[in-house]
Amino acid sequence: MKYFNIEYISMATGLFLFLVGLWGIISQKNIIKIIISFSVLDTSIHLILVSIGYIRNKTAPIIDGVVSKTDAATKIVDPLPQALVLTAIVIGVGVTALMLTYALRMYSENKTLEINKYKSLKW
Amino acid sequence: MIRNSILILLIAGMAWILFQEFSAYHGADKLNSISEYYAKNAPTETGAANLVTAIVVTYRGFDTLGEVTILFLTAAIIGFMISTGKKTDRKPEQSNSELLETASNVLLPILILVGVYIFINGHLTPGGGFLGGAVLASAIILWLMSATGPKISHALLEVTEAFSGFGFVILGVLGIVLAGGFLDNKILHLGTFGTLLSAGAIPVIYSLIGLKVGAELSKIIIVLNQTQGEEK
Repeated sequence: MKYFNIEYISMATGLFLFLVGLWGIISQKNIIKIIISFSVLDTSIHLILVSIGYIRNKTAPIIDGVVSKTDAATKIVDPLPQALVLTAIVIGVGVTALMLTYALRMYSENKTLEINKYKSLKW
Repeated sequence: MIRNSILILLIAGMAWILFQEFSAYHGADKLNSISEYYAKNAPTETGAANLVTAIVVTYRGFDTLGEVTILFLTAAIIGFMISTGKKTDRKPEQSNSELLETASNVLLPILILVGVYIFINGHLTPGGGFLGGAVLASAIILWLMSATGPKISHALLEVTEAFSGFGFVILGVLGIVLAGGFLDNKILHLGTFGTLLSAGAIPVIYSLIGLKVGAELSKIIIVLNQTQGEEK
């Protein structure tokens, strides 16, 4: 059964977390909960990217005692998605901090975090 | 009720799309051509043992510069949004526990040491500037929460941030002048493969990134901490 291998499990988990995050962003009313849902969605994308780059029975892309310079191409997993995820994690931290700051500002203006109570964005 | 049914339809549609993705997915059994190029040439071209670092700092160094810029902008916007104008040193509402104060005195030097170790060894071991910077920022959180010892100098943080960001760009431009292109790491000698002083400018660049990330994250935390207890 190929679906019990680690890359399929992590891929399925990533896609499921994507759905959970999307559902949270659409359905929740509290701004903090929306931000948490966004973080879940963000993490799910990292998981999907890393599982795309995973190759079974291969090791981390670091040249050491196990992997030599010459046979690196046959022994390591894909280093490129890992580099992209490294970038994405840092951007995610920045975006989350920015969203929390906006939430703080909105709370100090309106004294509520429920988006139903905000009138200024409705038409 | 109609809102809920639209929501369920949307999620079901998205689930169907993602299921198609999943059923079309099959685990790779070899590297694609770009990654194969990196695996074959990165150790000799850059001298870095950690291929992820080689990609992040040299091949995609421009991405990293943009990323550091985004982090800087985030910190700047947060500082702008939250700036209260009044510089009051609020006393914490209750004094810290003995455990926190003692533990922070023990842990602070170790945390800073670990952070610096992680970003200096970024080209050899897992980790690097971003991780090391995050560990440094966690040390700053502990410092801020325990409030023992001297106060954190904002000027020092800003000087560190400005100096490291500027140094990063200067090293990049030096790469154009002395070597093959922007952020080329061959401006310094490549050295012996696998030792601390190897991989040309990568340890220097990654240390600057680590300092910058640590300073940015600490600034965000300090600014957010200033709003504590404000809405009462």
